Order: sequence, then C-alpha cells, then structure tokens
Amino acid sequence: MSPKTLYDKIWDAHVAHEAEDGTCLLYIDRHLVHEVTSPQAFEGLRMAGRGVHAPDKTIAVPDHNVPTTPGRNDPKNMTEDSAIQVAALDTNAKEFGIHYYPVSDVRQGIVHIVGPEQGWTLPGMTVVCGDSHTATHGAFGALAHGIGTSEVEHVLATQTLIQKKSKNMKVEITGKLRPGVTAKDITLSVIGATGTAGGNGHVIEYCGEAIRDLSMEGRMTVCNMAIEGGARAGIIAPDEKTFEYCKGRPHAPKGAQWEAAVAWWKTLFTDEGAHFDKVVTLKGEDIAPVVTWGTSPEDVLPITASVPAADSFTGGKVGAAQRSLDYMALTPGTKLTDISIDTVFIGSCTNGRIEDLRAAAAVLKGKKKKDGLRAMVVPGSGLVRAQAEEEGLAQIFIDAGFEWRLAGCSMCLAMNPDQLAPGERCAATSNRNFEGRQGRGGRTHLMSPAMAAAAAITGKLTDVREMM
Amino acid sequence: MQKFTKLSGIAAPLPLVNIDTDMIIPKQFLKTIKRSGLGVNLFDEMRYDDDRNEIPDFVLNKPQYRDAQILVAGENFGCGSSREHAPWAIADFGITCVIAPSYADIFYSNCFKNGILPITLPQDQVDVLMKDAEKGSNARIEVDLEAQTITSSDGEVFSFEVDSFKKHCLLNGLDDIGLTMEKSESIAGFEAKASAERPWV
Repeated sequence: MSPKTLYDKIWDAHVAHEAEDGTCLLYIDRHLVHEVTSPQAFEGLRMAGRGVHAPDKTIAVPDHNVPTTPGRNDPKNMTEDSAIQVAALDTNAKEFGIHYYPVSDVRQGIVHIVGPEQGWTLPGMTVVCGDSHTATHGAFGALAHGIGTSEVEHVLATQTLIQKKSKNMKVEITGKLRPGVTAKDITLSVIGATGTAGGNGHVIEYCGEAIRDLSMEGRMTVCNMAIEGGARAGIIAPDEKTFEYCKGRPHAPKGAQWEAAVAWWKTLFTDEGAHFDKVVTLKGEDIAPVVTWGTSPEDVLPITASVPAADSFTGGKVGAAQRSLDYMALTPGTKLTDISIDTVFIGSCTNGRIEDLRAAAAVLKGKKKKDGLRAMVVPGSGLVRAQAEEEGLAQIFIDAGFEWRLAGCSMCLAMNPDQLAPGERCAATSNRNFEGRQGRGGRTHLMSPAMAAAAAITGKLTDVREMM
Repeated sequence: MQKFTKLSGIAAPLPLVNIDTDMIIPKQFLKTIKRSGLGVNLFDEMRYDDDRNEIPDFVLNKPQYRDAQILVAGENFGCGSSREHAPWAIADFGITCVIAPSYADIFYSNCFKNGILPITLPQDQVDVLMKDAEKGSNARIEVDLEAQTITSSDGEVFSFEVDSFKKHCLLNGLDDIGLTMEKSESIAGFEAKASAERPWV
C-alpha cells in the first residue's frame, strides 16, 4: 500500500460513496450548529418534509448573536432580530431532537470551544459546522471544516457532504519557540509567509517540534486560523496530549470503547514517504511576537517592525495595501509600537480558552489597564469562565480594569452589541482584521492574548517580551 | 435551484484582491432567517455612507452597472467567513456569474448551490475582461456553461474549466439533497460498517 497522509487516512475512512469522476459522499461524524447559518437549512428541511438523519451526531449552541452582559437569558435584552434567530435555534433543536446547549446553560459558549470541551470532537472524526473556524477541531486529528448553509441542510438531511478530495499541504514548524512567542504567533506567521490564498484547495497538516510542544489549546489556535490561510482545513496528528485532553470528557468513549478508540487513534499519522503537494517550513526560533497592521490576516509583521509602504508590495497587493493603510489610518514608516489603541478584546474561538486567559492574566497580574482604554475579556464558554474564576484569573482581569463578560463570539464579529465605533482601534485576539469586521469603520490589530494584555497596560501596541 | 445555462450581460469591474465575505455582506445582515432580500445590502459598507446614501463612486452605484449580471474581480474572491449570505446577496442583486483568478473554497462551493457560476481564469485573461467590463453598458460579455466559454465584447473567446458534476447540477438546476438521497443505501451500508469498526462515534 502506498504511504498515506493523515488527511488521506481520515478521508478514506469516511467515503460512503464514490462516483466515477471522483465526487464522493463523505460521511460526517459530528455536525455542529449555531443560530446564524442554520435557520434557512432547518426551514429547507421543513419545506421538503425531511428530518434530521442523525440527530445524535448533531449538536447546537447559540453563540454569534448572544449578548455577553448579565440578563441575557431574557430575550428582551437582545435586539429583536438576534432574539428571533436564537429563538429559531431553540425551536429547531427541540423540533428535530438534536443535542442543545441553550443560552441559560453553563456549558454554552462558542461552538468551537464547546465541541472539544464536551468531548464531541475526537481524533479521526469528520466534523463540520456552518462556520469557517470549524478548522479549530483539526487540532485533535479530526478532519474539520466550515460549510455553507446549503451544505448544513445537506448534512442535516443525509449526514454526508458532496466533496472532492483536497490536496495535501505540510506546514512544519521546526525547533523551539522563543519566550513570549505563542501559538497565535505561529499561525499568524504562517499566514504572513503563505498569504491568505496560500492554502486554497489544500488541507494543511501542521507538524514539527514546535507544534508537538504546544498544548491542545495552542494547537486549536493554530488550526483555527488555517482558514485564514485559505486552507479547507488544518490538522495535527493526535498524540498522548490529545488522548489525555479527551479522556473523561462527557461524550468521550469510556472503558473498552476508550481502549479501542485509542488503538485506532494511534494509527492516525502521516506515513513515512507520503506525498505532499506543497510544503512550507518555518523555524520556531525565527518566529517573533507578531501583530497585523492591515485589513487582511496576511498583513503580519513582528512587533519590532514598522508600518510598510504600499509600494513595497507587488501586483494586486499594491492597491490592497494602500487601501489597508487608508482604512487603518496608518503612515508608512511608523513604528508598530508607536500605534495607540482605544480598545482591547480578549476572547473568540481563536483565543478564548483557559490557557489564553492564563497567558493574558500573567501579564496583567498586579497591573492596571491604561486610563480611558476600553478592555474586555469574553471567555469562550461558560465552563472556561467558571474555571478562570476558580483559578483567580477573573479577579486579576477585574482588578486590572477589564470587563469580565459572559461567553460568546462577541466582538470577534460584532453581531451582538460588542462593537467598535468608527475609527476605534482595537488590539484583538480574534482571527480577522477585515474592514468593518468588529464594527463599521473599526480598526483591528490581531495578536496573541499576552500581547493584547501588554497593549492594555501601555495603551499602545507593545512587545510583551519587554514586560516579561 | 435556478439553472445556469447561458448569460449575456453587463459585467461590473471590481479590481480588488482578497474581497472577503464580510465586504460582500456585513454581519448586521446575517440576522435574517430567510435567504431572500439581501441584494440591497450587497457590498453594503462600500456602497452606502454612514447616512445610508449611495456612494456614487462605487461600481454598482454607477448607472451603467446597476443591472450588472457578471462581476469581474481580483484573486482569492470570497475569502473569510463561510456565510452563504454572500452568494445569496450576489444572486439577489441579479449577478449570476463571477470571474476571478481564484476563489476561497467555501465561497466557491456555495455559489454552485445558488445558481451562480464562479469562473476561474488566469490573471492575464481576467485583466482583459476587467478592461472590457470597464467599458460599461457598451460591453456585453457572453458566458456559455455548456461550451465552457466566455466571449468578450470584442469577440475574443476564453475557455474555462469547471468540475463536471457541478456543471451538470448547474445546467439542470438539480437539488443536491435529492441526488444524495438516491444513494441512501450506500450511506446506510457505510453506517453499518462504521458503527461496527468505530462504535464510539
């Protein structure tokens, strides 16, 4: 048998039907659902008189719209259209009999944080959700990717997706990371190196010592942004850390089934000599704490750099860079550390996990945010929030002058009331710095939780290494 | 689903790279529970100012492009969020064909579920059609999916590639779910085998 990549193995284990032209029906093990991209899909089922094929493999949680302030269990405290979407998910979950974590449930949170936390996401699975950041679950050695609403309806009705196989891409991070450098810096640096279209048509397998050394939380951060590099999915081979994370989770297998599962999971790695269509290698020690300066996640620079000039780029990127500079109101040559910020947002499916809050709290401990700056922490789930309170992290944030919020997607995409005002500049731990992403006219700089915490203290983009 | 066979229409030029789905349809319009009615908010933040007045410079606000049925754009079109509201908004505006050097994967497959043909051409050919589109309503571009050709207003013909299954579905307006349900025995067979091999799933 010819050597296979990890992606090849998971793919092969899930092909339910293959047509002569290579179009496959890929079986889906877990379908995660949220309130924004699902109402039209459920309505489609209803119109066609169809049910949900595998309700026990379908898990729903509202996250995009929900307010992160107290009193949100009362729909009156949501905007009318948000309340309608959340109510639609309530109704659809009940009517179609799928697993559901309502807003009032302590386990509610961002779908990509809840899935792994509850043990729904396991190695070797196929996982989809009507959300591009489904790539997060690839950290477990699962094939996980975002789909559109028509595909959500297709998976609900048939538990399969019509797919053609993507190409294999390897991203290797060799060696060790330097102090102050995190998973977020890895994933942003990869996108900086490959561009936002660098992974188009590919599934990325992240490997190398620096990836192995990451915790599961860090691996989720890396895979989460695979989509920002254009890849269909990001994936990391499961290992003892993965098994340890999964063990004992509410929906992880138990007893003899656990043993059988681990035995299979241990076969999930890329064989020696397997073919990759594209290979990118970065040295771990070359990666610095980075921030974005523009309006594309590929606009990445080390914090020690300066704002680039548009004419330092080539091709179509010249115009795009000029547009970014105008939108971000930045002058080429300005040191990144001279850029003042108005707001700090710590949270999102990229960096809303316990390790992220620990990293930010470690920087903030005993310090205060700069006067006049708005700062908020939005834990990724109710359970992350509870754990952070238990560990004393919440108090560190509160003492530093941060707002300590309830779980949700919040200001990452600003569908709820957490938004930037026009011209407001934000240090954000989220995943997208697109124009208007965090609010019309808002300006986003992406970075790690530790870097965002450092920026909160100084009121400027800051090299966290100087605070360590 | 709407069929797509042939189209002869005005093409709007949008020569930007990395046009993301947040630009195509900003999040405040994702709170709908319907698929229709999003055309008025297509490219909303580029199209309207803070007081909801049209920005005259934006291509779709120019008189000659108000009825555009084709969009010509830069590489990596549709990157970012998976929101199918992006193709819904494009189709609702009346655009059923996009021409670009490359697309983000999820957006690309979302188009085919909504009667939109996303055509991939090399950059130099997109450049020719971009220039053609800049002629406004004097230039009609013809697209023939069956023949897999685009004809510029000057009569120059470009061929394009498209997946045979996706082409078949688009030409005939076929419903994916109906097609998949015809294979329900294969799915049931897979489920029986998988639940024996991986009962924990």
